[in-house]
Amino acid sequence: MTATATRPARPRRPHARPKGISRRTREMWLLMLPALVPVLLFSVGPLLYGIGLAFTDARNTRNHETSFVGFENLVELLSAADFWSSFRIGMIWAVSVTVLQFVAALGLALLLNENLRFRGVARVLAVVPWAMPPVVIGLMWRLVYHPDAGILNSLLGTEINWLADFSLALPAIIVVGVWTGMPQTTVVLLAGLQGIPKELYEAGEVDGASRWRRFWNITLPQLRPVIVAITSLDFVWNINQFGLVYVLTQGGPGGQTRLPMLFAYEEAFRYRFAGYASMLGLAMAIVVLAVLGLYLWRQMRETR
Amino acid sequence: MRRASQYAALAAYIVFLAFPLVWLLSTALKTPQEMALADPTWIPREPTLANFTDAFGEQDLVGAAVRSLGVALASSVITVLISLPAAYAMARYRGLVNRIAIGWVLVSQVFPFILIIIPLFMILRDLELVNTLPGLVVVHVTFTLPFALWMLQGYVRAVPPELEEAAAVDGATRLRSIVKVVAPLLAPGVVATLLFAFISSWNEFMFALVILQNPDVMTLPLTLVRFTGPEGVARLGPLAAASLMATIPSLIFFAIIQRRLKSGLMAGAVKG
Repeated sequence: MTATATRPARPRRPHARPKGISRRTREMWLLMLPALVPVLLFSVGPLLYGIGLAFTDARNTRNHETSFVGFENLVELLSAADFWSSFRIGMIWAVSVTVLQFVAALGLALLLNENLRFRGVARVLAVVPWAMPPVVIGLMWRLVYHPDAGILNSLLGTEINWLADFSLALPAIIVVGVWTGMPQTTVVLLAGLQGIPKELYEAGEVDGASRWRRFWNITLPQLRPVIVAITSLDFVWNINQFGLVYVLTQGGPGGQTRLPMLFAYEEAFRYRFAGYASMLGLAMAIVVLAVLGLYLWRQMRETR
Repeated sequence: MRRASQYAALAAYIVFLAFPLVWLLSTALKTPQEMALADPTWIPREPTLANFTDAFGEQDLVGAAVRSLGVALASSVITVLISLPAAYAMARYRGLVNRIAIGWVLVSQVFPFILIIIPLFMILRDLELVNTLPGLVVVHVTFTLPFALWMLQGYVRAVPPELEEAAAVDGATRLRSIVKVVAPLLAPGVVATLLFAFISSWNEFMFALVILQNPDVMTLPLTLVRFTGPEGVARLGPLAAASLMATIPSLIFFAIIQRRLKSGLMAGAVKG
């Protein structure tokens, strides 16, 4: 009797799933929608569109019949001497800036981790480049390198037009790259250093390990995950660098500092070869992924 | 002995980090006559603020600063408005969406901008948004969004869900409990995200360069780069002064979040 009476009397079932999507899921999508639309429309969409463009002869002009050309852009790219010179410059730039940045930042982080006076000054100074707009950094260094009114020539007693010199322009912008990217790397490494348990060093001291051995056998291995993460990120940021170098040299003199992104920018917006420039972007993305993949894979295998 | 070498190294770092900054400041305070000297001086003999007033007198620079301010305000407010609900959803209903969002943040770091900016330019051209400030706002919102979402969902996660449940027990509707309970606790996080979005837009150069080709609509970073004309040296002083002023918003931002940089934010960001 009671069983039959209770049966229809269950009106409230909060987590019922009658048909299709639950109320919770609907609510979630509704909340996500305002953010999802612009990301899909202006970011995911263009990315896929851009990958598609790489296989067409699209021109960055109105009224151009675009047609599918397969791998023609890639073939053209790989046989272009100016692409290879830009690629070589990009690699020299990205690898040397990343390595120098890392070495300089590690040194500074180790010093900041010691109990030294004036540490505060260095700490603040180490963050300032981070807080500056990239354009202002570029303009500031142009003032430093300025052939007439610059301080560098007067310090060294030289008369060099640093940013217009064929062999010195690339080293000159590498210095700026290191100066610009050092802060992030230093802050991250310092955070990593402070996370190393003190007991490890105490144990090392008891065992009579020298300072150098303690650095080599405790600090570096403990810091390894942080080092791998920050150098990978630095490499990606550096190879994709555009604004800083555009402000400093615009890729000159004679293409000596024309990083791949500046090359692609010129192809796309000066000569308006949208398809060709997209292929260049795609090729660079693949190179970056390959280098990163190899690096991370080797690191993982070594730690195992 | 070891201490001495450590201090020497620290001094070298301080010199390397500081000398371009000192030179920028020194250039900004010099008269044109002193700038033209064959042997440049570190400390200006007759320091002057004329360069700063000159920069304010430049129609181009003032206009560009006003436009930059408008773009940065609009994009930071819009970014926060549309990422708040999404951040709430990401923090409260975990699962697939969450992982996709994180994946997107990573992908957007690795892919070269050129791959996105060419088609984006074409889309904006079809929408008649090239050479317009709303066009730039759209782009800035889209590209600040992933990181803003990431920041905000962290702040939402820090608000215990139990608080909302307690409000629900007291008879508050969901919307009411969000407005009355969650929102006040989120305020500091919202301010931090607003500032971050503002600075990203204020400093941004690449997208502005592609989208704004008409000098009448250019933002401050673009106008600064175009500023030194054929006169060269004579205008370096005002350029340095204007560059310094363009840095002020970021410096304020970094002064505010400095504490967080040292501890929480970075430590959490790296652990992963």
